[in-house]
Amino acid sequence: MFQEIIIPIIYLLSAVFFILGLKQLSHPRTAFKGNTTAAIGMLMAIIGTVIKTEIVSYDLIIIGLIVGGAVGVVFAKRVEMTSMPQLVALFNGFGGLSSLLVATAEVYKGSLPATFTLSTISLSILIGSITFSGSLVAFAKLQGLMRGSPLAFKGTQIFNGLLILAVIIMTVFSILNPDQLFDYFLWIIIFSLVIGYYFVVPIGGADMPVVIALLNSFSGLAAAATGFVIQNDALIISGALVGASGIILTNIMCKGMNRTIWNVLFVGIKVSTSTVEGVQKTAKSYEPEDTVVIFENAKQVIIVPGYGMAVAQAQHMCHELEKILEEKSITVKYAIHPVAGRMPGHMNVLLAEANVAYDKLYDLDQINPEFEQTDVALVIGANDVVNPAARHDKSSPIYGMPILDVDKSQTVFVLKRSMNFGYAGIDNELFYKDNTIMIFGDAKDTVSRLVAELK
Amino acid sequence: MSAQLLVEVYVFVLAIFVGFEVITKVPPTLHTPLMSGSNAISGITVVGALLATGSGYGELSTYLGLAAIIFAMINIVGGFMVTQRMLKMFKK
Repeated sequence: MFQEIIIPIIYLLSAVFFILGLKQLSHPRTAFKGNTTAAIGMLMAIIGTVIKTEIVSYDLIIIGLIVGGAVGVVFAKRVEMTSMPQLVALFNGFGGLSSLLVATAEVYKGSLPATFTLSTISLSILIGSITFSGSLVAFAKLQGLMRGSPLAFKGTQIFNGLLILAVIIMTVFSILNPDQLFDYFLWIIIFSLVIGYYFVVPIGGADMPVVIALLNSFSGLAAAATGFVIQNDALIISGALVGASGIILTNIMCKGMNRTIWNVLFVGIKVSTSTVEGVQKTAKSYEPEDTVVIFENAKQVIIVPGYGMAVAQAQHMCHELEKILEEKSITVKYAIHPVAGRMPGHMNVLLAEANVAYDKLYDLDQINPEFEQTDVALVIGANDVVNPAARHDKSSPIYGMPILDVDKSQTVFVLKRSMNFGYAGIDNELFYKDNTIMIFGDAKDTVSRLVAELK
Repeated sequence: MSAQLLVEVYVFVLAIFVGFEVITKVPPTLHTPLMSGSNAISGITVVGALLATGSGYGELSTYLGLAAIIFAMINIVGGFMVTQRMLKMFKK
């Protein structure tokens, strides 16, 4: 009675806590509470499991819980906010790995799994492995251990398609020849890991937010697939919730680039080396000190951060600049493009770390009508997301992508290290406009010189 | 296809819809915390890992389960704590 009724009710309650937690997590006022709610749900699921009568030995369980928990604490306490994209990628990977291990343990547990179970195990291993090796590649790219830009050989997708086919064939073989089950499953694991690797390797740079969100979704789907393997509703429900949440984020990221998920994953941005034609190609460049008068006469300044701000770690200096400008009663706002940075919400996290109030952060639709009444737009390490070609140049690879209309403000300052092209490999006509002034150098250094001069 | 499996498929499909309904229009400020928080929830595989480790199957399954517990716990504890750290910054 206890086993059949109480434990499923505990699982149900834990699923309810996850649902409530996620709901609260998606609203700013309740997000903090939501995280706690979800954590309580997890605690309930763990307790509900360890009191099951199937569990006969506890020593390894206790070791596992303590070791994993301790490592988790160290990760959470030690990580710098600037390394958050890598950490999220790594955690996604661990989720996938854990599902992969549980499904594999089911193969080797002794009794022969039923035919249908073998196919769900195979699916669980496939999704878990793709999540794991794909996330490790994403981690390596974000950490700078691997070239961040797209790496691919021709036919990557055909190669991956063949590997998926091989996984299906191996699954069928394992059902037909159960005595060689272990060998077949070893191949299924290897193939699946290779698929994950080649799935993420061709994607890079500015497409990272899409990949991270998608892998987030996969980590949930892997858990759900494992739920089908061990026939556990708690895993199925929670996995489905995370899967849905990741898909929503993936969708938002794709919309931010006006591209389909298919295009991001399998086509990639058409890298061209086209330059702006018919425009006299001279970009004006100032030293930071030359810009002070323009700032001092401004009423409203909008700061537009991009990945370059994260690289230069200029967020704290931006906050300093914001404070000084506000002392001179200049309004300061931040414009955040949905795909700025390397993961969903990347800029928001960095600016929050630097104590920038989140009501000063505006998204694309809120801020775009304001540029016309803005005196200074300060672009810090953003490139393609402010390229006006996206609005009118049908031949541009980024045509149709929603951009921040910085060019409509009185003066645009663009902080950049050099005239190098952005991720799309195209020149940015913004840089050659009459109202644009380039300030070359390290963003942090430039902003601190500005701050010193404005003081 | 057994009746139990069919019920599980029901549960899965309905949970996906619940997920979509619950998380509509996330503001961009919360994109990262939502991702790290939901990632911690995907550590729910720890349930399967606990069963694989403690149910007295063969040695290989037991140790695969142990490894799974460790990685799932890193995911859970690390995920919830780092989300809490982030959300504290947003509170200010």
